Formats: sequence, C-alpha cells, structure tokens
Amino acid sequence: MQIDEATVRHIARLARIKIGKQEAANLERELTAILDWVDQLGEVDTENVAPLTRIGDLTLPWRTDEVTAGGCQDDILRNAPMTEDGFFVVPKVVE
Amino acid sequence: MPKTKTTNPTDLTLTEARDALQSKSLSSVDLTRAHLEAIAAGNEQLNAFIEVTLEKALAMAEESDARIGRGEARPLEGVPLGIKDLFCTRDVHSTACSNILKGFQPPYESTVTQKLWDSGAVMLGKLNMDEFAMGSSNESSARGPCVNPWRAKGKRKKLVPGGSSGGSAAAVAARFCLGATASDTGGSIRQPAALTGTVGVKPTYGRCSRWGMVAFASSLDQAGVITRTVKDSAILLREICGHDPKDSTSAPVDVPDFEAALDETVKGLRVGVPKEYRLDGMSAEMVALWEKGIEWFRDAGAEIKEVSLPHMRYALPAYYIIAPAEASSNLARYDGVRYGLRVDGNDLIDMYERTRAEGFGAEVKRRILMGTYVLSAGYYDAYYLKAQKVRTLIKQDFDTAFEDVDVMLTPTTPGPAFGINEKQDPVEMYLNDIFTVPINMAGLPGLSVPAGLTESGLPLGLQLIGRPYDEATMLRAGQVIEDAAGMFPAPRNWWAKSKA
Repeated sequence: MQIDEATVRHIARLARIKIGKQEAANLERELTAILDWVDQLGEVDTENVAPLTRIGDLTLPWRTDEVTAGGCQDDILRNAPMTEDGFFVVPKVVE
Repeated sequence: MPKTKTTNPTDLTLTEARDALQSKSLSSVDLTRAHLEAIAAGNEQLNAFIEVTLEKALAMAEESDARIGRGEARPLEGVPLGIKDLFCTRDVHSTACSNILKGFQPPYESTVTQKLWDSGAVMLGKLNMDEFAMGSSNESSARGPCVNPWRAKGKRKKLVPGGSSGGSAAAVAARFCLGATASDTGGSIRQPAALTGTVGVKPTYGRCSRWGMVAFASSLDQAGVITRTVKDSAILLREICGHDPKDSTSAPVDVPDFEAALDETVKGLRVGVPKEYRLDGMSAEMVALWEKGIEWFRDAGAEIKEVSLPHMRYALPAYYIIAPAEASSNLARYDGVRYGLRVDGNDLIDMYERTRAEGFGAEVKRRILMGTYVLSAGYYDAYYLKAQKVRTLIKQDFDTAFEDVDVMLTPTTPGPAFGINEKQDPVEMYLNDIFTVPINMAGLPGLSVPAGLTESGLPLGLQLIGRPYDEATMLRAGQVIEDAAGMFPAPRNWWAKSKA
C-alpha cells in the first residue's frame, strides 16, 4: 500500500500533529514500508473468524452508580499549563 | 585476627538481602546507601536512572529499619527497588520518558507501586525507558539512550540494553537496585532481560492492575518485574499481583505463593517446543542454546513435546496494527490542556498540533499516525478488524497447544544486544520482538531467563510461556534453566568512576 504525501498530511491532521516537509517525506517512506510488511496478513483466511474483543474470559464488572472519587480540584489542576479561578485556560474556541 | 572479606551489599540477590534484613544482620539504611553510591558512581555512563529520589529512599529505609526493630517487618521490608518511569508515583516525576509529560508530578500512586510500598519496599528513583514504552532498544527515550552494562569481549562499543524497560534491565544487571518494576506490551520486559542477563517476568494479562501505569496499548500492556534470579522475581511478583477494583480488566483471581512453588519438582512436566519458532536465519548460537535448554528439561525429568502454533508468524504484523491503533487513541489525551507541555498556537487546533509535534518523539509520532491510519474510515476493516481476527486465531493456536503441554520453551530474542544507532529501519527494529509478541497477543504469562553467552561473551535468554494465571508452573520451569545455566554476573564494573 503506497502512502502519498496528501494521505500523510491528512492523517497527521486527524491525529493533531503538525509535521514539516522533510518529516512528511520520511513518514511517507516509513509508513509505506510498514504497511507493505503488514499486508502479509492478507494471506490468512479469516472468513467466519470473530475478531478478538477482549483477552481473558472476564466479564466486565458492575458497580453502583455513585461517586467514588472527587473533591480534589487542586490535584486535578496542579499539573495544568494554565489555569484561572479553578478552571483550565485554553485559547478562545468560539467568537 | 584476620580481616574477613567484606562483601558489598549490592552483590546480594534480593532474596539474600531480604533474609539479611529480616534477621537484622544488615540494615536497610546501609543497604540503601550502598545502592545509592553504586548509582552515583556509575549512572553517568549507563543512564539507567533518570531521577534518583535520595531523600525519600533514606527516609523509607529508616522507617523500614524501625519496623524491623519493632518486629513489624512486611514481606519486602527495606528492599531498595527501581521504578520504571511508566509507573505514576505520587509527587515524584513520572513522564514515561516523553517531553510531552516533562515535569509531570502525579497526584496519585499507581496500584503496582502502592502495593510495593505497602509491602515495605524502598524507592531509589525512576528508570529510563523508551518513550511511552515504544521501542526495543531504549533509544527513543526523551532522556537519551540507556547503555547496557555488558560489552562484547575485548570491545568498548556501547550496546543497547533492549527496550522498552531498558533502564530497569540495565539497573538490575549493574547492581544499582535489587529489582525493578517493568512493563511489557510486546516484549518490553523479556527482551531487555535477555539482552542484559537478567530475569524478566510478564504475568498473565489482568494479573496486575494497570491503574496508574501510563497507557500504551491497553489490551496488551501488563506490569511485571526484572530481577537477577527467578526466586527474586517470584518474591516481587507476589507483591504486585492481585485484583484491583480501579482497573476493570484486572482479574479477581487468587495470587499463589510463587516463591514456595519453586521448590516443587518438574518431573513429568510437559514442556512444549513450538516448531514455528525455528525461523530461517536464526543464529546458530541461538539454535544451539535452545537445544541445550531442551536437554536441561529432559535431564530434570520433564517430557518434551513438539507443538504447533500455525499463525505465529502473523503475530508481529498484526501487533503493529493493533498496538499503534490503541496507542493513537490512548495518546489523544496529551493535548496541552490539562497537564504536560503546552506550545501556544494561533487557535485551539493549532495549539494541539504544535504541542503534539514538539512533545512526541519520532517513533511515537510514527505509531500514532500508523494507528490513526488503520482506524480511519475506509481502512478500519482492512487493517484493524483483520488484525483482531488474526489475533483470535493466534489465541486459539495457544489454547490448542496448551491442551498437550504445561509450559512452552522458546528463545527470547533472535540474537544478543546490538550497538546503539545500529538499527535505523523501523521494521528491522520491530523484528526484535518476534518471539515475545505472540504471548501478549494471547494475554499469556511469559518469562525470560538468562541461559548462556554468545561466542563474543554477550548474554542470551530462553523464554518460557505459561497457561493463563499459571505463573507458578512457568517460574518453576524457569528455575530449571537458572539451575543449569547458573547466575549471570555483570562484566566487571567498567562504568563506575573509581572512588577518590
């Protein structure tokens, strides 16, 4: 599967990562090589095989719908790059 | 009176140190100081510790000595350990060796490390690793590569310790700590253990809580340990396993006394040898060592059986779809808003894009993009769904094989440690994990035990694979290898500055 520069730019946009010209060229080459290599999965007959959705035979546990943590605003904010009045601050989102 | 030869406490195994502490023939403060001195003398060369928590270590050691004095010793009382930087430690720098988390100090403690402190262990500091655990050489760390204490005979070339738990493996091999926490998504415990002559255990998926571990690929990640002996691993493992309500994938299964299980015989144990692990092009030395391992089990009274894992060769390519897919989703949380690095931009999206461009290293970006691609519209079925179906087949292969055997024996890696900067091509690097990845895909426990040296004097490991939640049998089998191969010394201390 050949990945072109437009595709690299598109997925970088989806992944929210800015990439430069040289980086895009490297990624074009590297991702193409990786995809060529994983294409060997096409040899495997997976007709009538269910995808694996969880490992181990555990069923997901249930618990009552109540707050088990909370009241720790300072902890939550303490590693934030920018805060004001107990909130995270981000650039303007809506005009 | 002739002077008795004083042994350095860092030469003790974890088991010996634990016993000496509990019998009060050694104090935790002395033991801890000895390790801190070893780190101070040698870490500059090896770059295994990226943060040393000296004051905390000494305070914890004093507390341990007081408890031992009062007769209140817990199972790991006073034992100094290193912690992979992937584990969040309260108020102590935890960054998964990524610039995007530079300076991050979690307001919480991971369950695995909390269990260690509750058992009395002492924290020496945080250990180097590949960024977000993505790598097989520890070269992708934002804190620089870690160096293997082993060097080829007569050579000075710096070798990688393996990855992603390269710091954990190097620190244990160099006697900077008695044991270390590690994590394994596709071989990140077993591969570095094999490359540094140490013992590495990845328990069954769900055995250890993943709560407070920085997530890479959630259906594959599992915590484990690296130590110098199988018994040391059994002791540490017992303390970190167990159900945790904070992790919905953690298994409510009893934890046996792994240490006691080592005393049982392997007579009659059925050891499987998967024929698909005989790859063309595997080094003759590795093949010979594997044969030797099979002989050791025969000599110990085990029964050797050939088994087949027909889809084994597809495990690695399927892994390089599934792991990046999960990583792209897990790493979406690093956006410069709530914690970590922020790079200002023209608007919100621009801020996200600049932050993630600057915060992530090349390998992490490559995997996020790969993951984004295979999950994107039009490609999801062809790649991600296909890989998850192949994963089902891989798991079925193991289920079938384990009907006839109790444990499987394979090589851990295709070869010994390689040089720093030697492998540039991503696919070539990924091939390092060809023998370890299938175990993660099936959620099984795996163990690497040092088994021999190459002609050039570098360690090689053998891998044991266990049934789900049957780490006890796997460890017992590991003891057979260790008994036959002997414990591995690290080469004489070239990394330490001579004491003034």
